[in-house]
Amino acid sequence: MIWALLGVPMVAGAAAFLIRPDGPRRLLLLAAALAHALLTAACWGGLPGPALGGYLELDAAGRLFLSLTSVLFLAAAVYAVGFLKSAGHTKEEEDAEGFLFDNAPEAVFTGCLLLFLGTMSLSALSQHFGLLWVGIEATTLVSAPLIHFHRQRRSLEATWKYLLICSVGIALALLGNFFLAVAARLHPDLLMTGRELAAHAAELDVTWLKAAFLLFLVGYGTKMGLAPLHTWLPDAHSEAPSVVSALLSGALLNCAFLALMRVNAVLCAAGLADFTGGLFMGFGLLSMAVAAAFIIGQTDFKRMLAYSSVEHMGVLAFGVGLGSAAPAALLHAVNHSLTKAMLFLTAGNLLAAARTKSVGEIRGLLRAVPFSGFLWLMGFLAITGSPPFGPFISELWILQGALSRHHGALAALYLALLGAVFVGMATIVLKMSHGEPSERLKAAPAEDDPWRLWPPALLAAAVLVLGLWVPRPLLNAVKEAAVVLGAR
Amino acid sequence: MQLSALHLPLALLGAPLLPGVINRVKAFFAGRTGPSVLQPYLDLLKLLQKGAVYSRTTTWVFRAGPIVALASTTAALTLLPLGGLPALLAFPGDLVFFAYVLALGRFFTVAAALDTGSAFEGMGASREVWFAALSEPALLLGLAAMARQTGKLSLTSLYAALGPTVLLEPGGPALLLVAAALLIIFLAENSRIPFDDPNTHLELTMIHEVMVLDHGGPDFGLIQYAAALKMWVLGALASGLLLPVRTGRPWLDLLAGLCGLFAVALFTGVVESVMARLRLTRVSQLLAAAAAFSVLALMLVRSAPAVSEVPRVLSARISLRTAP
Amino acid sequence: MSFWVESLVILVVLSNLRVLGASRLSACIQTVAFQGALLGLLPVLANLDALTVRLLLQAGASTFLKAAVFPWLLGRALRQAGLQREVEPFVGFTASLAAGVLFLGAALWLGARLPQAGPEGLGRLVPTALFTIFVGLFVIVSRRQAVTQVLGYLILENGIYAFGMAFAEHQPLLVELGILLDVFMAVFVMGITLFHIHREFDHLDTDRLTALKD
Repeated sequence: MIWALLGVPMVAGAAAFLIRPDGPRRLLLLAAALAHALLTAACWGGLPGPALGGYLELDAAGRLFLSLTSVLFLAAAVYAVGFLKSAGHTKEEEDAEGFLFDNAPEAVFTGCLLLFLGTMSLSALSQHFGLLWVGIEATTLVSAPLIHFHRQRRSLEATWKYLLICSVGIALALLGNFFLAVAARLHPDLLMTGRELAAHAAELDVTWLKAAFLLFLVGYGTKMGLAPLHTWLPDAHSEAPSVVSALLSGALLNCAFLALMRVNAVLCAAGLADFTGGLFMGFGLLSMAVAAAFIIGQTDFKRMLAYSSVEHMGVLAFGVGLGSAAPAALLHAVNHSLTKAMLFLTAGNLLAAARTKSVGEIRGLLRAVPFSGFLWLMGFLAITGSPPFGPFISELWILQGALSRHHGALAALYLALLGAVFVGMATIVLKMSHGEPSERLKAAPAEDDPWRLWPPALLAAAVLVLGLWVPRPLLNAVKEAAVVLGAR
Repeated sequence: MQLSALHLPLALLGAPLLPGVINRVKAFFAGRTGPSVLQPYLDLLKLLQKGAVYSRTTTWVFRAGPIVALASTTAALTLLPLGGLPALLAFPGDLVFFAYVLALGRFFTVAAALDTGSAFEGMGASREVWFAALSEPALLLGLAAMARQTGKLSLTSLYAALGPTVLLEPGGPALLLVAAALLIIFLAENSRIPFDDPNTHLELTMIHEVMVLDHGGPDFGLIQYAAALKMWVLGALASGLLLPVRTGRPWLDLLAGLCGLFAVALFTGVVESVMARLRLTRVSQLLAAAAAFSVLALMLVRSAPAVSEVPRVLSARISLRTAP
Repeated sequence: MSFWVESLVILVVLSNLRVLGASRLSACIQTVAFQGALLGLLPVLANLDALTVRLLLQAGASTFLKAAVFPWLLGRALRQAGLQREVEPFVGFTASLAAGVLFLGAALWLGARLPQAGPEGLGRLVPTALFTIFVGLFVIVSRRQAVTQVLGYLILENGIYAFGMAFAEHQPLLVELGILLDVFMAVFVMGITLFHIHREFDHLDTDRLTALKD
């Protein structure tokens, strides 16, 4: 089962490079996404057994994140079919510089997309820290060509920054792996999996563990988008095609988050929960502050969404740092992924309609492109934590965790930053949505492509449902995952 | 023993052979027959028989320059062990004295050059001092690294402790860095290529020759002789580290030491023939690299278990060695 | 045996200093290749009396990649970039060398504070590994061109690999090969991106990539 979960996307990805005609390739993309989703759904019936002698195993936390990735990928695959149909082989005009640009070959795009799913699955399935590292580094490498799909200067710059900063960060995480191994030197034959290390936590060297954690925080934190290591994120997530941005924000950031949580589990078992908690909370609040600072006055709506991802990663880190709010953080990860993916896909539709990313030039979305405009407004309300949407529930739960631990000042700061982001985004989104359609939008094509409309619509519906009623299975899954990840 | 007493006359007599060997090697590379190896002796004789002319703008410093240079180099010679045999004088901390007495000679040469008031000498003096500012730390730190490795603070005992297996001890390979630094310093202090071209006739490209441009006759002879002695001194330092032959028989060790010296002269001749002079900015980088080697070596050698001679520095006793 | 390891350590330190002081890009690339070869041979030299097939395989694969493949990839990027053969530093060469010596001091100090954890003979390798890591990070930050940033990344990876060796890290073969493969793919993808950067911008100067900012 585990081999199937890994093999389907990898083999499909390799095959996508070789298939010449576009139609069959897009079919392969859809088929692989559907197969992966079905396999993941089957895992909810019962966890599959371990593979490779314990290196690969699906535990509750891995299953949660894998399912999230799978659902998002399915939505993205459907959207991608519509996207590729219109982007395909035509030259497009880039408004900012007035240049015509080309797109990368579709085979590269589809192949890398499928390999991306495969490497993300690897990182969700890995229990061994070394293999986990390999998976995450691999995700960086296969997603770089995806960011560079639109062959233009800005995306190239974004790709280079992404590649270099993430590779250096992840190299530091590798050093962290070695430090972790040194911490376990009393047991030279210990398998470096989370479970084994947590079981022998009392015999691990504390200094080395702390140093390892710092390196992991810097390394995987770079990948996750925690400030001040987030500098690649706004560029990469805004210059990539919207499909890719949705996956990067919705699924990839979670992979890094999961890796950090697994390390945190080992340290908590060794009694260093206060140490890690403090660091997580500090980085979390810093990320939220940085995001708020850059969202206010933002002129590019995709960059705004990227900074919103930074903010929500900060919320996740804050939640994990509180300890008792870890299930809340996991629920928030689910909510954020669904909402952010929906927002990015909608942004893709808006970009196709308006042909510009500049906020100043877009007015009257609700009149020019009513469906997407409505989704955009809904998404804004959801992502900033307004009821009746999902993120409201999870952010409230985290707030409750902070208050129950008597972190009054921190809770106040948390709320203030959330409020600042709300104000910043509201200014931008409301201006974009209301009023008479601007020049750019007068020539917008009609919204008639079902491939591009159903995925964001369904995701939005899911977010709305989660805001009104959190299903008991989901709640149990989140709580189980939190226990696996060592929550107190 | 008697052999230590033999070292000083050997050096005084044999030093001019080193420039002769170097010139011969360069001639060989150039396909010429070249001057005889004994030519420097004949040059010295010729110079000693000449008269000297002193400019009215110079003072006693100008006359003292060559004398102090020779005196300081001879003083350094008395501290120098060759072939692992003890030197004439030895006391803990004589490393530092050694480096500084060579610096004294250099100071007086520079002062004599400045005393003439000529622009060329001044330029040469400034370059010389600039190189010295980089090479002296390299020398001192290299000696310090060797002292740390062997645990001895006197040149004599330091070189005696360097055996053929020194590289195999823990921390030993770092001494190769010191050897490299010493070779670079040898080339720099003796004004050889790649630092300075001894055969250039263009004053603007000279460094050492231009400082002594106004000396003539016996003074110039003293300067040439002192330069040869300096070559012997620094060459013995480098070859003592690179070829530490300790057979246990003093005669053989001394012979091996002499061969090492001439090997260094050979090496210099080869370097002079295959390389060109470096640009002045690159010279400082090369000297900085030598200093970096010394620092590295100092960091990478193992500190010897008992640096046994430190207390004796405080009650510095200079002992004239008369026993083996 | 310890002699080989010590000499290797000195050579690695020297190669780092050379990279800091070299002004020609091709010299930098060759030095990094040399360093990679040294570190690739380290497991063999450290265990001369206990060679196994797995050790030889590991040493062979990493030496081949680091000494042959990576320089070739980077050299190819360089050739396609054409004229730029000089390293353009933000921090001058002499200052870089001085910084390098400071880093070595810091690495030795840190190495002395970390508890000794591996086999005795490899003790000197920890400060060297830390030094290499510092130098790699410094090269990434202090040089202007994209190619030197990739070189800095390779030096960083070399240092981390050396650190792993210092603790005789018995990483499973799968993970070792996975790490090697990842580094290879990283350099490969970076090489392709360099090609695109050169084609698009006509230069490889990352200092001039400033279009995206807030």
